Parts: sequence; structure tokens; C-alpha cells
Amino acid sequence: MKALCWFGKNDVRVEDVPEPKILNPRDAIIRVTRTAICGSDLHLLDGYIPTMERGDILGHEFMGEVVEVGGEVKNLNVGDRVAVPFTISCGNCFFCRRELWSLCDNTNPNAAIPEKLYGFTTAGLFGYSHMTGGYAGGQAEYARVPFADVGPVKIPGHLEDEQALFLTDIFPTGYMAAENCDIRPGDTVAVWGCGPVGQFAIKSAYLLGASRVIAIDRVPERIEMARTEGRAETLDFDDEYIFDKLKEMTGGRGPDSCIDAVGMEAHGGGSFDAYLDKAKAAAFLATDRPHALRQAIHSCRKGGTVSIPGVYGGFLDKIPFGAAFQKGLTFKMGQTHVQKYLRPLLKLIEDGKIDPSFVITHRMRLEDAPQGYHIFKNKQDNCIKIVLKP
Amino acid sequence: MATSETALTQEQIDRGEAPQGYTRDVNVGEIERWASAIGGGALAVYGLTRGTYGGIALALLGASLVHRGTTGHCYAYDAAGVNTAKSASDNPFVSVEGGRGVKVEKSVTINRSPGELYNFWLNFENLPRFMNHLEEVRVTGDGRSHWVAKGPAGTSVEWDAESYNLKENEMIAWRSLEGSQVANAGSVHFTPAPEGRGTEVRVVLKYDPPAGVLGAWVAKLFGEAPEQQIEEDLRRFKQLMETGETATVTGQTSGRTAGA
Repeated sequence: MKALCWFGKNDVRVEDVPEPKILNPRDAIIRVTRTAICGSDLHLLDGYIPTMERGDILGHEFMGEVVEVGGEVKNLNVGDRVAVPFTISCGNCFFCRRELWSLCDNTNPNAAIPEKLYGFTTAGLFGYSHMTGGYAGGQAEYARVPFADVGPVKIPGHLEDEQALFLTDIFPTGYMAAENCDIRPGDTVAVWGCGPVGQFAIKSAYLLGASRVIAIDRVPERIEMARTEGRAETLDFDDEYIFDKLKEMTGGRGPDSCIDAVGMEAHGGGSFDAYLDKAKAAAFLATDRPHALRQAIHSCRKGGTVSIPGVYGGFLDKIPFGAAFQKGLTFKMGQTHVQKYLRPLLKLIEDGKIDPSFVITHRMRLEDAPQGYHIFKNKQDNCIKIVLKP
Repeated sequence: MATSETALTQEQIDRGEAPQGYTRDVNVGEIERWASAIGGGALAVYGLTRGTYGGIALALLGASLVHRGTTGHCYAYDAAGVNTAKSASDNPFVSVEGGRGVKVEKSVTINRSPGELYNFWLNFENLPRFMNHLEEVRVTGDGRSHWVAKGPAGTSVEWDAESYNLKENEMIAWRSLEGSQVANAGSVHFTPAPEGRGTEVRVVLKYDPPAGVLGAWVAKLFGEAPEQQIEEDLRRFKQLMETGETATVTGQTSGRTAGA
């Protein structure tokens, strides 16, 4: 079968590889009908995530048709159409039982690596380095889905693939980011980053009752989407003093909550700290570039919440912790507990409250995925979200 | 352990109180002494034939090993308070004497009741399902069992063991019988964890590797360090008990495998 494989920094190729096999009783094999490239896949392309190996199959946003199930998978049948959460979770451990699915104890075969880095292991993830288990991803014609009895959600026949695909990651991720803000009536939510997760965070903030959403980015088509699709007020990274502007827009109070939907590779316009971060990361003095996070902490109102769906992996430099402490901020973050959100969000889609396919700007064949990575990385051709059809 | 009377303190030695058979300087076991002498000699010859500074360093190292082998005295063991020269105890309740071998202790919390975990462990034939270095355990009856384990570098090691201290739903202890290649003993303890957290499982393993303490270091070089091993074993035990399987990617597809 064809699969998109990682071979090194800025080197991904579509290769012929063997088809996946059932390895455990709770596995299923899915024939992938749609898969997407995620912003976090770009961290892999850019070599920011350690423990990648040549030949790793990428992709953690995928859906398809069940073609084979292991002996312990009783809830799925061959032929079912399912969306697959990017987090692999067992459903049995302390964390899964408390709906903290991305913190699952039992699904990372390489648990020793995150234990060294982070103290404890978290859940296995599809196609996202050996630190998170080394599971083959779904940018392929077929994929093996472990713990298929608790992960995948069946998609009703009247929904299109493209309406359901983003249940696998970015819709729940944006939704959890907004939910973490504990939005109350009258709240203003500021969102850094208008990529796909930012777009879903904007929509979700309104769904959860925010009065205003202010979105911040520098890419014109993303700002435009936040304005038209998301009904957000928008600010441009490049030509505004974000903090002053946010303060001004909120009557001097600051946003009630701030969402960092950018993560470790913030570009941060031409600001001094952003250049410093880039230099340090290049010299391996720091691993992440947290410009958006600094701004979010600085801008957030007293007693407010900073919610972080953007991915961080290592050690962050010059975080204004004094501001966070003195203002009594609340921090909420982490990989998304996708399984918790699948059914409620599927219902929002079925009820017509949201159609997640609005973020799609590009549709390509799996064979053209390397080209897709290229234009997505370089934000060419007004690219916001690419969907691949194997 | 009940062996404090056989352990030799430095003061005892200094006061000349060493029992019969011990001399003040011998702190390396018989087999190890031979290994040191032969290996050291080979290293010295090899080092001298190199004719380089590195070769001279190797030769010096070899010479010190020969010294260690012929005198039976190891300065490193001395400094570390280790003595592998003592004879095995006659005490039938001690498989691994105090002060000898390697002791490993690890804990994990498992979301199951103490009873479920106890019953699974009590059948020693289940152990190879999560202890990867075990090839097979066969229960031979009467609380006895035969164990086959993978040793370093493709070898295998076998021994007979008996369970000797069972407290229902609380503790299982076992130890190897006399004449085992690897003298070892272990126990597992099951304690209820706080509200809704299942059971705290603590494993204590003690074993005397074939080439003494040095053997454990050699095993570490081969990536088979006991501490790491038991940690991974307990992780798999937890996975098996909580999820019914152990998480794996072994055998999955990738761009590294040959094209289909």
C-alpha cells in the first residue's frame, strides 16, 4: 500500500510499504478514506520532535472503513465507517476512567522515553515519533488502530467524510481549548494563531457562550477566515502592538482568557524576543519558541485563564512567570482528551451547529502529500488545511 | 536477611577476626579470579602488540586485572565494600546471601483489586507473559517450579524455585533451590491503594549473577540491566491486568520494511 513516510528533516515521501496487520486482540484495521495534514505534523517535518526514525509513517487525523477487527473488538463490524481519535487510549486505567484520555497509562510501548523526559508517560499517539509510541500513522491507504473498542466513533451515513474527519483532532482540540477557558457570560476570549485549531477554538468559544472573540495572526487568509467564518474581531501580529490593542479593545481590562493555538514554533513577527528564541533554538540553547505564550500571559486579565492547545515539547525560556503569578492566572493545557469529546461534538455536527469542513482549503491525492506538506509549511497558495484522499 | 553473622565487616578483618578460609586481602570469588587473570593477560599481550599509547593503557589495565586474579584482591571492590569471595551459606532459607548479588525494588499502581493480581501472579506460568527475559516457567507441583530465562548475549539460564511465603491477596515470595545457576529470590506485595486507585504492587528481586557483581555490570552493557528490566516487566504486568494485552508496535508496517 502507499503511505507517507518521514525520512528526515524536510524529507517526506510516499512509499510502497506492507499493509498493516492485527497485532493485538483489541486492534482493528481501517481502510483510510480521508486523512489530513495537521499543523503539528509540521513540527515533525521541521525536525523539532526528537525520536523520529527514517521510514516512520505519519498522520494522526484519519477516518475510514473497518476492514478487520481483533477478537476483543465487539462494538465494531467490518464495513463500519469511523473517525479515529489521534490519542490511543485503553479506557481502563485511572486516567481514562477520569476522561483524561490523552494521559493514558497503558498505550505507549516506549513509556521509558517520556518517563525520562517528563517524569511519567502519556498516551500513545499515531504517527508522532517514538517518544509517543512509534505507532504507524494514518496518511496511508490502511492503518492499524489499537484499542479500537474504545477509540473510534461510528459516523452516521448522512454525514460526509469531510464533515466528520476533524473529530479526530482539530475540532476537539479547539473545543477543549475553549472549554478550558471556563467561559462565563460577557467574556472576551483572545486566540493567538488562526490555523485550523485556532479557527475551531474561535467557533467553540462562541458555542460555549463567549461575548467576543479576538483572533491574532499575521497570515491574511487566516485572518480573513477568522473574520468571515469565525465572526471574530482580528488583529495582525505584524503591525499592531498586541497588548496595547487588546487592552484598549476591552476597556482596559484585558481578555478574560487567552488561547495559545500557536505552540512551539511561533514566528512572532519582528519582535526582539522572537529573534532571540530563533537564535537560541538554532543553537540548541532552547527547544521551543514561546513568543505567543509570552504575549498571552502578559495580555491576560487578572485572574484570567491561559489555555494552551498549541504543542510544546521541551524547555521554554523567559516565560513571564512573575506576571502569571502576580495576576493569579490559571493555566490549562495538554494533549486533547479526544475520546471525551467525540460524541458531544458529533451531535453538534449532526444538529447543524457547526460544519467542520469550512477549514478545508486544499484537497489532494495521498500521492501528492509531499507537495502538500511543502505548501502548508510555507503557507503558500492560501493554504490553511489539506485533506488527502488515498 | 538472616546472614549478618556471615557478613564480614572491615573492622572484623582489621582485628584479624576473619573466620577460617578468609584472608584479609581476598575479596574476589574463585571464578572471577580466573576470569580476571586470563582476560587481563590477554588484554596485556594485545595492548603491548599495539605499540601505541592506547595500547600501553590497555596493557596496564590488563596487568592490573592479572594482579587482581592472582592475588584475589580487588581495590574497586574494597572501595565499594563488595566481597564476592565468600562461600555460599548453608542456611536453606537464604538463596542469595546478604551483601551479595543485586537487589532491585520497584512499585507500580494497577487499577485492579489485590485479589485479582495475587491470583494471576500466584500461577507462575503467567509470569513469562509480562517478564520478557523469561522464556518459560513450568509449575512442577508442591509449590515448586522450573524457570528458564534468557541470559546476556543469547545464552539461557535455568533453575528450580519454590514459593515459600504466601499471604493470600497480600504477598507471594519465592526463591531458587540449591544448585541454581543464578541464585535468586523474589517477593511481590499487594497493598490496596487509596480510594479508587486499585492496588500498589511492590516487587523485590534479589539475584546473584553468574560472574558476580561484575556480571551485572556486564549485563548492563548488553542492555539487560535488572532495574530497567523489572520496571518494564511491571509496566507490562499493569497493561496486561488493566487492558488484557500489552501495547506493542512490534511487527507493524513502516517505510523501513521491504515494499509490499
